[in-house]
Amino acid sequence: MLRTSLSIGLDAISYGMVLFIISIGLSIMMGLMRVVNLAHGAFSMIGGYLASFALKSAGLGYPLAIALAVLGTIVIALPIEFLLYRRIYRKSDELTQLLLTIGIAFVIIGVANYLMGPTTKSIPLPAMLSGPVDLGFRMIPAHRLFAVACGVCTAGLLWLLIDRTGFGIRLRAAVDNGDMAEALGIKTQILFSATFALAVGLAAFGGVVGAELLPIEPFYALRYMVVFLVVVSVGGAGSIPGAVAASILLGLADTTGKYLAPEYGEFFFYLAVILVVFLFPNGLLGRKH
Amino acid sequence: MTRPLLELRHVSKAFGGMKVNDDVSFSVAEGDRVALIGPNGAGKTTLINVISGDLQPSEGCILVGGVDMTTHSIPRRVDAGLIRTFQITRLFTSLTVAENVALAVMQKKGLTKRVFSSAIGRTDIRREWQRVLGVLDIAHLADRQVSQLAYGQQRLLDLAIGLALEPKVLLLDEPAAGVPSDESSRIIEAIDRLPAHIAVLMIEHDMDLVFRFARRVLVLANGRLIFQGNPAEVTSHQEVRRAYLGSYADACHTH
Amino acid sequence: MTDRTLAEDAIPARIAIPVELRAVAIMLTLAAFGYVLFPDDLAFLTRLISIALLVLSLDLVTGYSGVATLGHSAIFGVSAYAVGNLCLAGQSDPLLLLVAGALAGALMGLASGALITRFKGLPQLVLSIAVGQLVAALANKLSGLTGGSDGLSGISPGRVFGIYAFDIYGRTGYVFSVAVLIVVFVVLLRIVRSPFGLLCRAIKDDSLRARMIGARVYPRLVLMYGVSGVVAGIGGSLAAINTGVVGLDSVSFERSAEALVMLVLGGAGSLWGALIGSIVFQVFEHYVSAANPFHWMTMVGALLIAVVLFAPKGLLPLAISLTGRVASALRSRA
Repeated sequence: MLRTSLSIGLDAISYGMVLFIISIGLSIMMGLMRVVNLAHGAFSMIGGYLASFALKSAGLGYPLAIALAVLGTIVIALPIEFLLYRRIYRKSDELTQLLLTIGIAFVIIGVANYLMGPTTKSIPLPAMLSGPVDLGFRMIPAHRLFAVACGVCTAGLLWLLIDRTGFGIRLRAAVDNGDMAEALGIKTQILFSATFALAVGLAAFGGVVGAELLPIEPFYALRYMVVFLVVVSVGGAGSIPGAVAASILLGLADTTGKYLAPEYGEFFFYLAVILVVFLFPNGLLGRKH
Repeated sequence: MTRPLLELRHVSKAFGGMKVNDDVSFSVAEGDRVALIGPNGAGKTTLINVISGDLQPSEGCILVGGVDMTTHSIPRRVDAGLIRTFQITRLFTSLTVAENVALAVMQKKGLTKRVFSSAIGRTDIRREWQRVLGVLDIAHLADRQVSQLAYGQQRLLDLAIGLALEPKVLLLDEPAAGVPSDESSRIIEAIDRLPAHIAVLMIEHDMDLVFRFARRVLVLANGRLIFQGNPAEVTSHQEVRRAYLGSYADACHTH
Repeated sequence: MTDRTLAEDAIPARIAIPVELRAVAIMLTLAAFGYVLFPDDLAFLTRLISIALLVLSLDLVTGYSGVATLGHSAIFGVSAYAVGNLCLAGQSDPLLLLVAGALAGALMGLASGALITRFKGLPQLVLSIAVGQLVAALANKLSGLTGGSDGLSGISPGRVFGIYAFDIYGRTGYVFSVAVLIVVFVVLLRIVRSPFGLLCRAIKDDSLRARMIGARVYPRLVLMYGVSGVVAGIGGSLAAINTGVVGLDSVSFERSAEALVMLVLGGAGSLWGALIGSIVFQVFEHYVSAANPFHWMTMVGALLIAVVLFAPKGLLPLAISLTGRVASALRSRA
């Protein structure tokens, strides 16, 4: 019993951390730019494809592949930001945002399908991460611990970035009051672009690190999008601790459901979502607007 | 004295630890014309939101027609005849002027539950919205989209929606604020022509309008009601001068 | 002064042909066109009609009442499964099945509406997704009722009015579906112009203001969800009756997302917009995905982006403003 609970807990945390790394970018974008970006998952997928390419075809090492995936995804995404996303920051109605970002996701899926084919692309792990680790009560794949470590580091670094740097101060000012920030001379357009790059980079990072749990294939872009959106909503848009809490809670709901009643699929996960939204409509740690 | 239509008893509203309204009590009776004034940040709009039901008071109670409505929802207060207008106009922007008012008329008559009815074309409904638009002199705008209206016309439409609901108590939140002077005179005339039996409580900054309209003045400062009485007394009242006209005078000096 | 002339212009239009009659004429013409263009593929057209009903249903809650949802296919699918099971149990009269499907849709609509319309914004969107995914997971699990991933098959409805059998060419199915669509459309034209319909549009514009005129917002939105459920339920029933199978795709997230895309493509907040969006999207899909399924997603994506950039209110308003401009250009030349 205890052993099962510990097992579920570990899997839940590693899954939750992957969800966190990917979703936090979406959450920050939603908090700052008020954009419901349904193409966020597509950028994670691009990161996964780039890493797979770097490892298998270009023969780069794992750390370099991650760096390439993150930077490459940002380079691909920035022109899209310049041409399309800029039009919908803060002002557009929800339906227009949904339509535009679903459109972007569709195009990326179509192109990925055309270039990479419909099959799953693996991201070979380095020897250090591919083996199991003995925790005493069970063996756990090393990459899961790696994912947890990445999640903790991401949360810590983001907190430092937002709490302690000039960028973070401007970011928070703009989240709290965009017009005021503009009046104070904060160049919101540059701030938005930088935030977008940060969000997309995090998405790509999470896509690579989480590829063992969320395998890279063309429909990745929409398949997991729903889960990312749920994390943001449950955590409260723009809140880092909220996103951490939501990721772990939802990871727990999903893992427990799949352990104890696998034949019910995602049933218990979404039941948990409905309950949480009812209990905390502004997010677990969200502020009331 | 006629019976009070709207009565506030010891109403307070706090956000966190900050008291925005503090122990406010007054009543407004049939046919009353009351102005609520006070310096910026005195808590006037919060008080209107508490009365209309948009906010719950932290303490105290609100009676409409002698019935305690403190915990009642917004729509139930509207049913009881408590109607408000908005400082920043809120209209149904995808509907025409006529539809905005017709909707209010049909809501008042309890027709908006009807899924299959074509009541909007009924003669009695049309007569009613045409009458209300006529009262405010905007009948010629009936087929316009709201977005095509000038700001002053939007304020008149906001008032028209309120009148169509046949208010017993009408709360006007700065009805002439931000309106160019040639248009504001039409709003002032419209307010002058309001049916005599309605109890009207108006928030206003424009002191000319206040003196022209009000038979009684309430002064709010730092959330507290520091004066109520007739307009002639208000300018000579020491505390009011200090809190309100004083700060206004100071502002005049410094600029 | 121009306002006066506008008002006078409006009077003869009111005396002339009623909107309902015009709608019937236009839709009969469209149906005839469809029959001429796709004589060998009536199955495609009947499928198009059942999806069009889903999009119309979505328009009622999203376009007219401002509730953003990505879980509407749950209603469509539940009704399709209900009708399938009823038919397999021996109740094969198509009209009876349609009524049963509408009823199932109404219940499902009221239930999901009661959940979803309590909230606004992101929580609302996420709740709608969660409700949809919950139903999809249940459909997968309860294979006794749904056939699981194999789907429910062998649904064979009886004759319409006991006379017209469903033939393999799909002629009966097509005529039946067109008739159902026209009846639903005309009824909806009336509902959206009723005081209730007007109130829902007002709620969409500003729900606090609607409360301030005394409207009970939540019960009205739930009621609209019920009406919407009836329409989606009829769509699901038609799909089950015409194709004889119900699969997991009918409750899927993709179905919901596609319906939303079709709605916004045509123009949300207008019944004609919903209809035109679903026709354009599905005909486009029919040709492009047949020609090259690989490029289908790319093309649709590009189309959506183009719509946002060049026709942000949908194709219908764009078409109206274009024809208006052409007409005035012609007039000024004359």
